[in-house]
Amino acid sequence: MTKARITVTLKNGVLDPQGKAIEGGLTSLGFSGVDSVRQGKVFDIVLDESNKDVEAQLADMCEKLLANTVIENYSVEVLD
Amino acid sequence: MKSSVILFPGSNRDRDMIAALTKISGTAPNLVWHTDTEIPRSDLIVVPGGFSYGDYLRSGAIAARSPVMDEIRKAADKGVKVLGVCNGFQILTEAQLLPGALMRNAGLRFVCKTVKLKVENANTSFTNQYVDGQIIPCPVAHHDGNFFAEQDALKQIEDNHQVVFRYAAGTNPNGSINDIAGIINTKGNVLGMMPHPENLIESDHGGRDGRKLFESALDVVSVEAA
Repeated sequence: MTKARITVTLKNGVLDPQGKAIEGGLTSLGFSGVDSVRQGKVFDIVLDESNKDVEAQLADMCEKLLANTVIENYSVEVLD
Repeated sequence: MKSSVILFPGSNRDRDMIAALTKISGTAPNLVWHTDTEIPRSDLIVVPGGFSYGDYLRSGAIAARSPVMDEIRKAADKGVKVLGVCNGFQILTEAQLLPGALMRNAGLRFVCKTVKLKVENANTSFTNQYVDGQIIPCPVAHHDGNFFAEQDALKQIEDNHQVVFRYAAGTNPNGSINDIAGIINTKGNVLGMMPHPENLIESDHGGRDGRKLFESALDVVSVEAA
């Protein structure tokens, strides 16, 4: 078994109204000094032993489905 | 002219689209399920609105990877007209048949109202019965209609006159960049738009301004009296 974590974030320059709303929520809760919040997604993926070249496969998953590379960046982390 | 409507689990504007196509062309469209690997010979393929696959992951993302999309891509390559409305537009961008992406509305709310649309390019096979600059009312109903493209891509879209519809001044409901409501591919046979022309084809809808889009696409002149 291989565990991996994929993080998908909006590219710089892409407006993130949800992040803005969360930022407003934090400020209204009294947290001061919040400069900005950007919202993203995390995917925890478990692969079985049949998968060779795990990193390449995970990157392929990001390119083909998990991220929309028009607006999003992704990073892949193999945990163990 | 023969049309086909693609059905995904979670489509919900398919019936309105079928009714509009049937009324305007006089022939019921073929209905094509998302797992089908063949689309009957069609002059126009329509990807209707709704919430395909619950809009999980991103609006239109899962639908854009379904088996029928390969067939739509092949048909589009051959020059068959493809129209995506609302979720259909989201699906076509996710499938990269159209550039850009549709993001959460800037106001974060679902918007359901009538906006004013400016026909920005009446020189397409979908809009040749309108005139450039014409302003028509059209209903919108969406949560993710905020069109975005990076600067270079946006410049190309504008320079190539790929913007077919813009929200008229002051009526942009979702924060869409450059007020973009609908775009066409460079080849001119794939159109995606957030507003719903299929809901504006009879007087009882509050107007008939959506008709011309189907009449252009289906190359018919409506025989029904106003």
